[in-house]
Amino acid sequence: MRRTPLKGLLAGAAVLAVLTACSTEDPDTDAADDTTASEEEGGGSEEWFVQADYDEQMAQMDATFSGPEDQPWLQYIDGPTTDTAEFKTNKPMKVCFANASISNPWRQTGWITMNQQLEVLQKNGVISDMETRDAGDDDNQQIADIDYFISEGNCDAFVISPNSTAAMTPAVERACETGKPVVVFDRGVQTDCPTTFIHPIGGYAWGIATANFLVDNLEEGDKVVALRILPGVDVLETRWAAAEKIFDEAGIEAVDHFTEANPETIKSIITDELTKGEVAGVWMDAGDGAVAAIEAFEDAGMDYPVMTGEDEMSFLRKWEETGLTGLAPVYSNFQWRTPLLALEMIAKGEPVPTEWVLPQTPIAEDERAAYLEANDGMPDGHYAKFGGEDLPGYPQVWQERQMP
Amino acid sequence: MSSPVSTDVAQRVRTLPAHARSPLGRFLAAATTPGGAVFVLAFALLVATVIANPNFGDPGVLIRFLGRTAPIAIAAIGQYYVIVAGEFDLSMGAVIAAQVVIAGNYIGDDTGRNVTGLLLMLALGAGIGLLNGVLTTLLRVPSFIVTLAMMLALLGLVRYLSGGAADAPPNDDFRQIGRGVVEDVPIVEVIPYPLIVLVVLAAAAVWLMRRPFGRTLLAVGDNPAAARTSGARVWWVTTRAFVLSSLAATVSGILLVGYAGVHPTVGEGYEFAAITAVVLGGVVLGGGRGWVLSAVAGAFALELLFTLLTVLEVASTWRDTVQGLIIIVAVAFAARAWTVGRRPSTTAAPPDSPGRTSGPSSTTEPTEGPTTGGI
Repeated sequence: MRRTPLKGLLAGAAVLAVLTACSTEDPDTDAADDTTASEEEGGGSEEWFVQADYDEQMAQMDATFSGPEDQPWLQYIDGPTTDTAEFKTNKPMKVCFANASISNPWRQTGWITMNQQLEVLQKNGVISDMETRDAGDDDNQQIADIDYFISEGNCDAFVISPNSTAAMTPAVERACETGKPVVVFDRGVQTDCPTTFIHPIGGYAWGIATANFLVDNLEEGDKVVALRILPGVDVLETRWAAAEKIFDEAGIEAVDHFTEANPETIKSIITDELTKGEVAGVWMDAGDGAVAAIEAFEDAGMDYPVMTGEDEMSFLRKWEETGLTGLAPVYSNFQWRTPLLALEMIAKGEPVPTEWVLPQTPIAEDERAAYLEANDGMPDGHYAKFGGEDLPGYPQVWQERQMP
Repeated sequence: MSSPVSTDVAQRVRTLPAHARSPLGRFLAAATTPGGAVFVLAFALLVATVIANPNFGDPGVLIRFLGRTAPIAIAAIGQYYVIVAGEFDLSMGAVIAAQVVIAGNYIGDDTGRNVTGLLLMLALGAGIGLLNGVLTTLLRVPSFIVTLAMMLALLGLVRYLSGGAADAPPNDDFRQIGRGVVEDVPIVEVIPYPLIVLVVLAAAAVWLMRRPFGRTLLAVGDNPAAARTSGARVWWVTTRAFVLSSLAATVSGILLVGYAGVHPTVGEGYEFAAITAVVLGGVVLGGGRGWVLSAVAGAFALELLFTLLTVLEVASTWRDTVQGLIIIVAVAFAARAWTVGRRPSTTAAPPDSPGRTSGPSSTTEPTEGPTTGGI
């Protein structure tokens, strides 16, 4: 009984603390809302924006990369390394690969490259076999895949390309507990237990490069339509979070839409936006469907926008054909080679970067011709920076594009 | 038209209740039925969109919008046949996706394959519809299950063929069907080919619904047992409805691959969009009642709604929710309107019909219902 007033006081203090916390945040939110009066996300992307990560990736864009000059897939930013002496072996390893999916052209291209790299390492006696399970974009499936590998896979090493960040963390931790090397690449997990985590610089770097390009080529007050594939995937959300911040600061009016990369949706959205008023720029969080966006301008008889796509061949070709002002940001596809090459280093007992940050450089207009020529005859879904030119089967395997 | 003429006409044909009022009265009466109200709804949404964005009222913009909506309207026509027969076709979106991916894979850059490709796609569409129909009617598996399974099977095929990713579109000649326009048209600037296809198919649908097939289809949807007793081959009529539905999805797919290109998500959600359009058009789920052009109007109303949400810049994260709520309200309204039209006398009998026998036997009542306003 006597403690009740105290409890009340505590509760009151807690409420006050919460209120204060809220009110200290309010000015920020209000300010953001003011500058983006017509902005539609209304704070949704703020959850994804981490200033420290943004600053880090901004710095990494200008960082010096160590490693062989002509093999970007082996380059890295100097930093902590993992000692792998305990994993040293002369025996060919059985690799178990838990793949998120091959449900977009970027993953398909990388998957082909990875298999050609595998062929080389099998010939060299580094890897005996790679067992792959494709989770088909499903978290639960991938957790089951990883657990299957752990209990029945008879694996010497794990390669995991996580479907989503938070959900996959416990499964990756379980793989680490087996005491065998674990290589994670592309999307991350919330644990530092893997032997190495391989990824290009990241989503903020993409957002910074693309948004700066649009800002440089547009006037204040111009309108940009942002075409986003889907919400909730960290590598895509951070692209938009960075771009949105830069658009806000530059006074560019940006409206974002989710498209699932469906070309019909993209065309309808652009057409509706064109009906509303002039669209000066198009920003994409992935190049899939870029051609549909450009076609919408053609069908409406409008001038081409300033546009950022991706290093997918369909966009590079349409970009050249139309002569629009554009940039092809790159989420380095050659990273699909690196996990297996990292395993080769691990088998030799060489240290590997604990966080292996690969270079990520957009393709500008003056480099476009060279990439188009180098990838002549490749299908539309192919990625210019696939980095497999020195692998067996080049170029037929990528031209035929049969999924392994 | 002057009023004396119309009253004259009305008096001569008094036995036909549909003609018992002035043209304006008949128009108002029709507009209060669900099948008519959807035209009012579509018009209201059009006006709202034009107010929100005056550019939308430009004839050139409007005609392009109609062209872009043609695939969904054609899907709605297909779905109409099945729903009016008392069944569902959930496989439409998957049929579209499969046809789109096949067009990309089989036809590709080879213009010489355009005609064979087109025939192949139509044959495949008819085959899928036939299978849906036969499984539903002869094996008596509910169409909900049959077409759901067909959807999964086809989506599996799409995933196998495409790996779930975008593919190169077919050649530009083939894409012209869905992307091309008749140029230099006065006032509207252009006429998109898909709109022409839609007008032809809609006209054919109206004609077909007045033929014995259409009449039988309605009868089957209303009461299959009665239709069977009166000599209709129920299984064959229903099966043909499924074939028409799959063919409509195929035509949508052909137009969409031209309009948009090849991606496994093209056609996604078309089965629900088509069902929603049909229901918005006042066609009764369960079958037996509804006008095919109301389903087409339902498709336009639905697309106008989506456009309006884009114009109003509803947050992308909220858009689906807003769409869902509006559709629920519209469909609930439509269902209620049918109730009003159907049973005017159960709670409030008109005072001028004391000698009338109670019950639904009177054929003149339903059309008088809306004016009494009773529930």
